This record gives sequence, structure tokens and C-alpha cells, in this order.
Amino acid sequence: MKIIVCIKQVPDTTEIKLDPVTGTLIRDGVPSIMNPDDKCGLEMALQLKDEFGAHVTVITMGPPQAELILREAYALGADRAIHLSDRKFAGADTLATSNAIAGALRQLDFDLVITGRQAIDGDTAQVGPQIAEHLDLPQVSYLEDIKFDGKNLFTMRRATEEGYQVLEAEAPVVVTVLSSGSKPRYMSVNGIVTAYQKEVETWNFDNISVAEEKLGLKGSPTKVFKSFTKSVKPAGEIFEGDAKEAVEVIVNKLKEKFII
Amino acid sequence: MDFNLSKEQELFQQMIRDFAANEVKPLAAEVDDQERFPVETVEKMAKLGIMGIPVPVEYGGAGGNNEMYAMAVEELSRVCATTGVIVSAHTSLCVAPILEHGNEEQKQKFLPKLASGEWVGAFGLTEPNAGTDAAGQQTTAVLDGDEYILNGSKIFITNAGYAHVYIVMAMTDKSKGTRGISAFIVEADTPGFTIGKKEKKLGIRGSATCELIFEDCRIPKANLLKKEGTGFGIAMKTLDGGRIGIAAQALGIAQGAMDETVNYVKERKQFGRSLSKFQNTQFELANMENKVVASRLLVRAAACKKDSKKVYSTEAAHAKLFAAETAMEVTTKAVQLHGGYGYTREYPVERMMRDAKITEIYEGTSEVQRMVIAANLLK
Amino acid sequence: MFKDVYVFIEQREGVIQNVALELLGKARVLADTLNEKVVGILLGHNITDKAQDLIACGADKIICADDESLKDYVTEPYTQAITQIIKEKNPSAILIGATTIGRDLGPRISARVSTGLTADCTSLEVGENRDLLMTRPAFGGNVMATIVCQDHRPQMSTVRPGVMKAFEKDASRTGEVETITINFDKSKFRVRLVETVKETKDLVDITEANVLISGGRGVGNQEGFDKLKDLANVLDAEVSASRAMVDSGLINHDRQVGQTGKTVRPDLYFAMGISGAIQHLAGMEESELIIAINKDKDAPIFQTADLGIVGDIKAIVPMLTEALKK
Repeated sequence: MKIIVCIKQVPDTTEIKLDPVTGTLIRDGVPSIMNPDDKCGLEMALQLKDEFGAHVTVITMGPPQAELILREAYALGADRAIHLSDRKFAGADTLATSNAIAGALRQLDFDLVITGRQAIDGDTAQVGPQIAEHLDLPQVSYLEDIKFDGKNLFTMRRATEEGYQVLEAEAPVVVTVLSSGSKPRYMSVNGIVTAYQKEVETWNFDNISVAEEKLGLKGSPTKVFKSFTKSVKPAGEIFEGDAKEAVEVIVNKLKEKFII
Repeated sequence: MDFNLSKEQELFQQMIRDFAANEVKPLAAEVDDQERFPVETVEKMAKLGIMGIPVPVEYGGAGGNNEMYAMAVEELSRVCATTGVIVSAHTSLCVAPILEHGNEEQKQKFLPKLASGEWVGAFGLTEPNAGTDAAGQQTTAVLDGDEYILNGSKIFITNAGYAHVYIVMAMTDKSKGTRGISAFIVEADTPGFTIGKKEKKLGIRGSATCELIFEDCRIPKANLLKKEGTGFGIAMKTLDGGRIGIAAQALGIAQGAMDETVNYVKERKQFGRSLSKFQNTQFELANMENKVVASRLLVRAAACKKDSKKVYSTEAAHAKLFAAETAMEVTTKAVQLHGGYGYTREYPVERMMRDAKITEIYEGTSEVQRMVIAANLLK
Repeated sequence: MFKDVYVFIEQREGVIQNVALELLGKARVLADTLNEKVVGILLGHNITDKAQDLIACGADKIICADDESLKDYVTEPYTQAITQIIKEKNPSAILIGATTIGRDLGPRISARVSTGLTADCTSLEVGENRDLLMTRPAFGGNVMATIVCQDHRPQMSTVRPGVMKAFEKDASRTGEVETITINFDKSKFRVRLVETVKETKDLVDITEANVLISGGRGVGNQEGFDKLKDLANVLDAEVSASRAMVDSGLINHDRQVGQTGKTVRPDLYFAMGISGAIQHLAGMEESELIIAINKDKDAPIFQTADLGIVGDIKAIVPMLTEALKK
């Protein structure tokens, strides 16, 4: 059984702070991590490896420093690592990104492609399903659990707002995975010791046979018009009044912050 | 002379910090409060290879080295000194002597299960009348056919009761003084070997510290390490390695106290501002940090020298002496900077201060470390 | 060439979802600015009778595809249906609710028709040249980005539920309902829905809750806590507590926030009757929005809260629960 896991290196956005003076993001010193949903996707693949002896390939599209998460994947138990990197991919929106990754996946054999549901920097949750479309493969998103019958059939549990659904499909399938699924394992000591002894394959534009106009900035239908940080948290307000007014103040605040 | 972490070490640091924060830290207060040996943590560490870091892969180990091992003990001790010493005593005091002095048969028999963490290890040298004066061994081992018969007792043995394998020193020939001491591998459940009283301690309260009692305990002749009479040498070399572990533990304790204190002084306000704004706080913290950083360099230097297969006894002594005294000083100051709150169990620094004290005592007191350093200087 | 603002009308088990009505409301505003129409896309089985109501909710036209294959949402049948509609009708924009359905469907469609999709929008406006300006959070919510899709049509957007305002229902509105037959390629239906299960999720860990209602000494007793639970139910929140409450046995230790409890960072933290001692602050001060209610105007919690209410929780909490129920 062959599984491919798409992973992304992202800044740990839970550690990002705003500069109180300029209002811009302080990016220095923010650690880079393997995207949490992707890490769970890799855990799912490794569990299938534990059970069925599956071969697990990890692939990432990113700048040179993204190699770190491929090494981490090796330390966790991946069998093969591919680093997709090319200037031509730069500036890509989700459509162009998914075109590039699909281009790479077309060169590989697989029964299952796993991606994380969304990256904590882009927060779009679009690349996984778009890859599935480019590869003309069935997709199931928001997976919490996947089972394989050992032959050809995947049984999947998908999270919904009200509970969950159970779906079935024959290989090959593309799935996106939630981090509320399996708790990811830690890298083992020996895995770490040997992680840098293994080969990371670097693939670029020439490896993927996708037309150049479908990639990078040129291949991106959406563009950023502008971006801005939310205003720095001002000092708190204090309200003193009767209960009825107090409730109104609270309700307005909740509305203002999109909580209701 | 590269003072930077290698790529593998950075990856390792990331893993062990995550593990310590998520799996070890949440239990630390309870482990101390209930004096509980955290078996579940040992199981988790075993799965990842943390119980056999410097053991070669061919013997079932992780294939790492002493620098990594020291880092592991530091990061674990940073959140729980008990967990740190469990790994340290197991690795330095039981796994290491078998790895370094055992014959092929002994290595094949004992290392795989110790390195995988299926078995925990311990080391029995100290006796009621033989502490710093370790040469005064009264436990005896008499050869009888294919077996040695052990009689005597050991005290203050870390991991006792949970360990399966004990490296035990005993006198095989009293007339030869230290050259009459031999080292043996003793398995738990051997008839005649019982675990005695468990000590109630000031700190590292989750660590099991017990008596070992040998009453006509028969062990196979094959369990003798090297030759008769080499036991004292084995014990001393073993303690050199143990000192790196304890130095790392002390360093971790000090670092943990720093982490807590830095957070606290930023939050706590008196006289209209955070404690961190007062120069006294800043200078105290700077002094503490300076010593912690220095401790770290000494620990790493000792581990590095051991990894390059050179004699490292003096470096280990420097590291343990300095790191232990630093830990005691830093944790005491940490409690002081926390004020009244630091004296309560609500904050972990009082536990860290209690934990720090033992690092100045076991595996060679600070006085012994001074003896080693002076002897090397004046030889 | 390309015109009108289309809205995907999400239905589950025949029930039109609130997000669809919110999107109709927003589409109405956008279409009026563009002087174009709002068209709803309603897919399902035995669903056509719901169409008229949607006109009252702001649509000028409903395109309805009624087929057994569309009864429950599965990616491929819905993607084929909407793709066919896009190819026949050339919409300028399509809005889809950013639900588990919408975020599965939206990207699939956008890749099939090779157009741009912007995810989880919290704001939509018409820009200078009639392009949509779609604003959405990124970097874990630390940054807002405004996205445009200039050269591709339709402009697609998944929109965060609960943000846009639904249209004020007007039963006197008239509009067109067009039924459409979808030419399905069933060979591509490769995923089978086996079962749908509804369940209330049992929260194991307060550190995972998005909203926490936390009680302190001011809560007083079991009755007080029950009132907090009522509020929590309305907000789909969890109840947590300071140490004082745990010590008095009113709540379990696993719900304690603070130095000897857990550290939480929810989107919303209500500190009810909590004074704000340093041990408690350490466990919750990183919460996104902190609202504190306390009788004592000098309580230290007010220095950390974003909104501080000096008042009696016994009076305020039940009133707040009632107000939110509406």
C-alpha cells in the first residue's frame, strides 16, 4: 500500500504577537513548525504503515528551510521525502499551489493522498480538494479517522457540525484531515539520529510537467489587494450601570467580535 | 571547537522539550505530592528510545550519544527532577557499566531490554557504613561452584523496587582492600534479594530510594563484570558518567526555576509595576542566568569529552560541582523572588529548591568533586 | 457577459441552513450596488417547495435542481450540478457558506472551472471596478487580507457563518423559480455516504473550548453555577472555575483555570465573580476576549479584562442568558 502525505512548514501562528507600536506582525523568533493538521495526517499514514506495512512518502512545497519538516517526517517514520521547490512556484495562490503539487503527485504511485485540512498561516483549507480535482480523484475532507480493509476499500469518518458521517470509497482517494483526529506520535531517538542520513529528493519545475502559466503568480486567479493587522488590543473598558444596560453592553461587544 | 548544536541535536531538543512539556510536566506536582514513581512516563519514554539513548543500535539502543543523553536529562529535569533522575540512574549507572565493561554475552543478555526500557536499571554501591568512603564495602560475595553468594545490604539506591537489573559492588577478597571489590549484575526476583525500606525524602520524592538486602543470595558466576577485583575501578568510572547525568539534572532544575521566575516577575506587580522593572530583580536574574549558562557549557563539555572517548573524570567533576551548587543557589533565589507565593505548593519553585539539594550530595558529594579537581590539579 | 451574484443555498435533510439566509442578505446588498440580480442555487431531493420562501429572503431567482443524487451532500454530484449551472449561466460571483459542506464543495468547483476562491470571508464589498473585495482572516486570525479575483469568473467566496446579516424577510417579494435537470456523469460518483450520525460532543478538556464561562468566589453556590451552565448552553460554551470554586467542591478539578489548574486561551473568557488573583490570571490572560463581571470595582481582574462590568452576576447572568436566547 502506498500513501503520500502533503505537509507544509508554517510559522507557529499561536506564538505570533503584534508590535504594539507599529501594529505589524513580529515574525522574528516565531518558530517554524509542521502544520498541525498535516502532522495528524502523517500520524494517520504512519498508523496505516504500522498496521499494513504501507510505504509512506512525504512531500512539501516550500523554500529551502522547509527541509526541516521532511527530516522531522523521517524521524517520525516516513520512508521517502520529496522537496518541491522552484522560483516559478512563488507567489502562488491555492489554485496554482494545488496545480504544482498535483503535478508532482502525477509522477508517483499511490493508493491514498493525505493532506491536512488547512494550514495555520493561509487558513484556506482549499489546496487538498483542489489537488483532488486536478488528479480527477474522489475526495473526502474533515477526516477524523480512516480504516482500510487491507485490499482496496477505505472507510472514513468525517466530522460535521452536528456529529459525523461515515463514507466509503475505493483507492485511490484524496483526503484532508483534522488535527482533532489521532494524537501524533513523537519522533523517536533513533529516528532523529538517522533522519539526516536519509536522502531528501529535490524536485523542481522540470520534474512536474505542468504548464508554466498555471503556476506561481501567473497561475493565481486571486491576488492580495491589501492586508492589515487587527488593531492592537486597547486598554479594557469598564462599565458601571444597571444590570439591563450591562447586558446590552455585553451583547454589543459579542456582536462586534463576531461571537454571536 | 563547535559550540553549536548539530541538526540532529536541534531536532532532538525539539522532541524532548515537547515530550517534557506535554507528558512529564503535567504530572510533576502529583509525582512529588504522592511520592509516586511515574511508571506511565517510563513506558512512554521507553517507546521513544529515551531509556537507551547512548546504546548502539546493535544492542537495541537508539544509537545516540552522551551529548544527546545529557540534553534529555536536562530537559526532563527542567519540568520534573524525579523523571530526570530515573533516566539518569538507569542509563549512567546500570546501562553504561554493562555497555562499557560487560562481555559480549552479558551485553546481549541485558542491554536490549534495558535500552528498550522494558527493564529499568539501578546501581548499588552505597552502604550504611560506606558513603563517601565507598571503599569500606561490607557486602560480601563468595564463590561457590558456579555461583557467587551475596550477603549484605545497600542503602539509598535509586530506582530500587522498579528496577530489574542492579549493578552491585561486593567484597570478594577483604585482604586486598579496594582491589578486593568486584562488580556483579543482579536481577530482581533472585531468591535472597529483597528490597527494604523506602526512604521518605526532602526532594525528588517520586524517585524510589530504597535499601537492598542480600541474604545468601545466589547469582550465576557469569554475572561477574570483568574480573574479580575490578569492581572498585568499574564503580568509579561508572560514577564519572553518572556525574554528567546528575550535572544535567541539576542544570535542568536550575533552568526550570529560571523559566518560572522570569514569568512570575513579569506578571507580579507591586508598587504599581511589575517586579521585572526593579533593578534588583534584573540583577539577581542576570546573576542566576549567568551561572545557568556556565553550567550548561560545563555539562556539554564533559559529555563531549566522553563521546570522544577521552578521559573525562575531571570535566565531569567540574560540571557536577558547579551545576549542583548553581541549582541550589538559583532555586533558593527563585523562591525568594516569588515571595510568599513561592513558599506555597501553588508554585513549583519550592519543589525545585527541595529537589536541587540532592544534586550536591549523591553520586559523589560536592566535597568529593573538589577532591577530584584538586587531585587532578596537583598531581 | 458574467453577471449576477449567486448564492449556494445549503440545506441539510431538507432544512435550509441559516448561513444561506445570511448570504442572501449579503448578496442582496452586493447585487443592489452592482445593479444586478441575486440568484440562489438550491440542490436537493423533493426540495422545490422551499424555493419560494427564499425569494422572500432576498433572492430574485432560484435555480433548483431536484434529484435523488442530490438528496444528501456528497462532493461529486453537487460539484457537477453547480459546474453545469456556472457553464450555462455565467455568474459573476458565487457565495458559499464556509461550513464543512461549503469548504469541501467550494475548492472542488473552483478547481474544476479554474477560477479563484477566497476562503472564510468576513467581509465582502464591491470595489471600484465592480470586482468583489473579499476580506478574510489569515495567520491564525492575526492578519486580515483583502483578496480580489480580477481576470477570472465566477469570483468565488466561502463566507464565515454568523457574520453576514440575513435579509429582512418580505413575503410580498416576487421572483422566478427555474428548475434545471443536471446531466450527471455517474461514473464519477466514487464516494458513498454510509451513515450520518448526530451527536453532542462531550468536551474532555477546557483547553479546547472556544468559549469559557468561568466562575469564582462571587458565584457562591450550586445555584449560581447552574446559572452559568445555562449561559454556557446558549453560547455553546464550557464552564470552568477558579481554584476557590474547585476547593469548595462545586466543580471538578479538571475544570480549574490557573496556576495549579489549566492554562486556557479561548476566543472568549467570561470571568464571573473572579477577583483576578495572580494565580488565576496566569491561566487565562492570553484569552482573545476577556469579559469580567464583579461587584468590586477595584478587583484586579479589571486590569486584564477587555470589558469589565461592575455589577452583580446574580442579576446580570440570567438576563444575559435570556437576551442571547433571542
